[in-house]
Amino acid sequence: MNKHINKSTLDVSRRGFVKSAAGLTFSFALSGTLIGRASEAFAADGAKLNAWVTIGTDGTVTILCPSSEMGQGVLTSLPLILAEELDADWSKVKCEFAPGNPKVYGGEHKMFPGAQVTLASVSVPSYYMPLRRAGAQARKVLLDNVAEQWKVPVVELSTDKSFVIHKKTGKRMSYGDVVKFAKVPAELPKVADGDLKAPKDFKLIGRREIKRVDVPSKVNGTAKYGIDVQVPGMVYASVLQTPMDGAKAEIVNADEVKKIKGITHVIPLPFGVAVVGDSVEATRTARYALNVKWDTSAAKAAPFDSEKAKEEYAKKGQDPNTPTKEWYVVGDADKAIAGAAKTLEATFWSEHTYHAQMEPMNAVAQVSEDGQIDIWVGTQVQPLAAAVVANVLKTTPDKVKIHLQLLGGGFGRRIWPDAPVQAAVLASIVKKPVKLLLTREDDIAAARPRPMTHHVLKAGLDAKGNLVGWKHRIVAENVDAVAAPPRFAATGGKDIIGWRGMEQEYYTIPNIRAEGVREERGMRVHAWRGIGAGYIKFASESFVDEIAQARGVDPLAMRLELTKDHARANAVIKAVAEMAGWSRKRPGRALGIAFADYHDSFSAGVAEVSVDKATGKIKVHNYWLAVDPGLVIQPENATAQLESAIIYALSGALSEELTVKGGAVQQSNFSDYHVMRMSDVPEIHTKILVSTASPTGMGELGIPTVAPAIGNAVARLTGKRLRHLPMSSERVKKALA
Amino acid sequence: MATIAFTINNKATSVDVEPGTPLLWVVREHLKLTGTKFGCGSGLCGACTVHLNGKAVRSCQTQMSEAAGKRITTIEGLSPTSSHPLQKAWIAEQVPQCGYCQSGQIMQAAELLSKVKTPSREQIVAHMDGNICRCGTYPRIVRAIQRASQEG
Repeated sequence: MNKHINKSTLDVSRRGFVKSAAGLTFSFALSGTLIGRASEAFAADGAKLNAWVTIGTDGTVTILCPSSEMGQGVLTSLPLILAEELDADWSKVKCEFAPGNPKVYGGEHKMFPGAQVTLASVSVPSYYMPLRRAGAQARKVLLDNVAEQWKVPVVELSTDKSFVIHKKTGKRMSYGDVVKFAKVPAELPKVADGDLKAPKDFKLIGRREIKRVDVPSKVNGTAKYGIDVQVPGMVYASVLQTPMDGAKAEIVNADEVKKIKGITHVIPLPFGVAVVGDSVEATRTARYALNVKWDTSAAKAAPFDSEKAKEEYAKKGQDPNTPTKEWYVVGDADKAIAGAAKTLEATFWSEHTYHAQMEPMNAVAQVSEDGQIDIWVGTQVQPLAAAVVANVLKTTPDKVKIHLQLLGGGFGRRIWPDAPVQAAVLASIVKKPVKLLLTREDDIAAARPRPMTHHVLKAGLDAKGNLVGWKHRIVAENVDAVAAPPRFAATGGKDIIGWRGMEQEYYTIPNIRAEGVREERGMRVHAWRGIGAGYIKFASESFVDEIAQARGVDPLAMRLELTKDHARANAVIKAVAEMAGWSRKRPGRALGIAFADYHDSFSAGVAEVSVDKATGKIKVHNYWLAVDPGLVIQPENATAQLESAIIYALSGALSEELTVKGGAVQQSNFSDYHVMRMSDVPEIHTKILVSTASPTGMGELGIPTVAPAIGNAVARLTGKRLRHLPMSSERVKKALA
Repeated sequence: MATIAFTINNKATSVDVEPGTPLLWVVREHLKLTGTKFGCGSGLCGACTVHLNGKAVRSCQTQMSEAAGKRITTIEGLSPTSSHPLQKAWIAEQVPQCGYCQSGQIMQAAELLSKVKTPSREQIVAHMDGNICRCGTYPRIVRAIQRASQEG
């Protein structure tokens, strides 16, 4: 049945596939190399004032959102920023996605300059200034046109809710009427930061009652995700995913599977075994009927066993001769600890975790005879999807059009475009549009997990009990090595994603050394909500409590002392202590506290827990979180994001665990990968500290304090320190025994 | 293959499928009612919840042979104008984030309100515990159900 396949379309050898895929990064390295397309989203009846905004003669203001919507609310918050400076009537604003084109729609974040990416909570910080400037520029174009029309000096004009106003004469004209005659100059007017509004004059930014624009479509079934796309003439595909990179499939029962009604193709490929057919039910039946033996002799991960490997990780953690890479250094921590009056040491672990986004990975791809490739998908990074698809199909990114859909959860999983690539390869083979839909079991088998990590922490106290030296060593596979190889090479092997949080910028400690030890086990480790800070703060904030205990100091007082030089950090800690009633005793329960900065935003959390000693189950009764993320665009959504991140982190802290044997993930569905359900959710109390500092990100800020706050609470309640994530019932029971 | 007739969102319909085909795929891919979502395929997450003769079922675990002659309601048919008290409450409480699980959540909640006019918090949690929301909108779901039960 494969005879009709052109040899060139099958020229996606494993080596070629892995090489072309690994040679790319999602970060800034891509910007400038991709040729973008102008948006087709605009109505003809109106004026395109710049790349971001078009106003129709009916007054509709269409604003493009450069980021992907995965639940974090950017489809509302980013256009709202532009609408603020444009002085648009928000009820007349339509929000649409911008095409993938970093040259035009790239952001300004210091971590990803010029990139168009939806990750690491960077959307609002990336686009806060560019969108304000774009809005002010569009407003300027309107004002210049009206000034000329009315023959009045432009400085006499003002705007409000999509109207241009001349106060002296009382004349008013709607934006819709202005664009009926407005001319958009070839060279758009320059906007200086001084032309922008003062935050006190904001009319839209910061208003709690402004609701998300996507919510109505998400309560009546009309919201469209990648999985909902159908295109004419398409066929369906499912791919039994390779359990690890480099595994080769031997299909035992291909003939039998081909006989399943509706199945047209059974194809072994570098990424798995594909079944193609005329209905989704046929391809799912065929996928479950496949009997495949994996030849893992060439797979790097094949010898990896996450339990057995721990002994080697632990050795590397202790051995002073292990090669390390420096991450953050102040003074000389080794010397300070060697000369300390008292030293402390502790080790911590975290297991692999899975994103478990509710929408399993999927994509629709169409490869036309003229070489045009169309992909319908929910992806966190449009330019990366286009670039990797182009690489694998040996064409250029300008030939790949991404039709961006809503994402049924991202959390980092939809950065890497494996589904679009697989759909495109299949479409090129079967010469028809292909809708690829993974089973949940394959979604887990193809997990891009948060890495397993080991931590060794050391501290030195002087004779007065002052903390004079701090050392944190992490032993783990490096996410940057897998997800961003060019950046990994450029930094000389620093894991910007995986080590995030080891820098102790807001604790005043005279000598600090944070360092990483690289494991290479062949796991496809990637970014998971909160990235490195998720497990790193578990280790470091647990250790802060151990130091406080050794000094006989209250953990709250210890953190207030450590942050005494950083007012904003200090303030969130004070705020959360007050919210939780830190000094109030609760019978049978205890409180634990943690502080975390994340990309220049600040958070402090307190957990109130009890433990069922018979079962080992931790019950979190209350969680309090105080944050300072700088200026907040949409307070109601910001609150929702904090609740969301707290629950995501609680789930990860208490129950989520992927185990790996022979390089393959052992879990298969929600039956053995346990995510938090409603009955386990505590009362959540959040507070956003009012700030006019530039926005620094919200979507993950609720993550890093949760696990250490729980561990610290359990230690204060039981006297037993939990050192291993997740803090599952079995582990707790063992620790208490 | 068999021709199976049923009513969906008050419309008489029939499809030609294998009788063992899950209702989910007929609803989504044959009838293009894509509001009902696929999450796990094993009845573990609730994203595919629809009503079969008024009772909430997991459509991924319901074979077409079981749907024959029955009355099926999906999120698209819950209210012709998206004005079911739960839908209004979901907007008022700004429940959805990624939104993917919310059709299933609302259909599951609608069954509860059809049986218990003003459920207690415990009743809500017990009834909703099979529906996963990975964005963690659970506190808002509880509030929205309470709001709908009071305002509905």
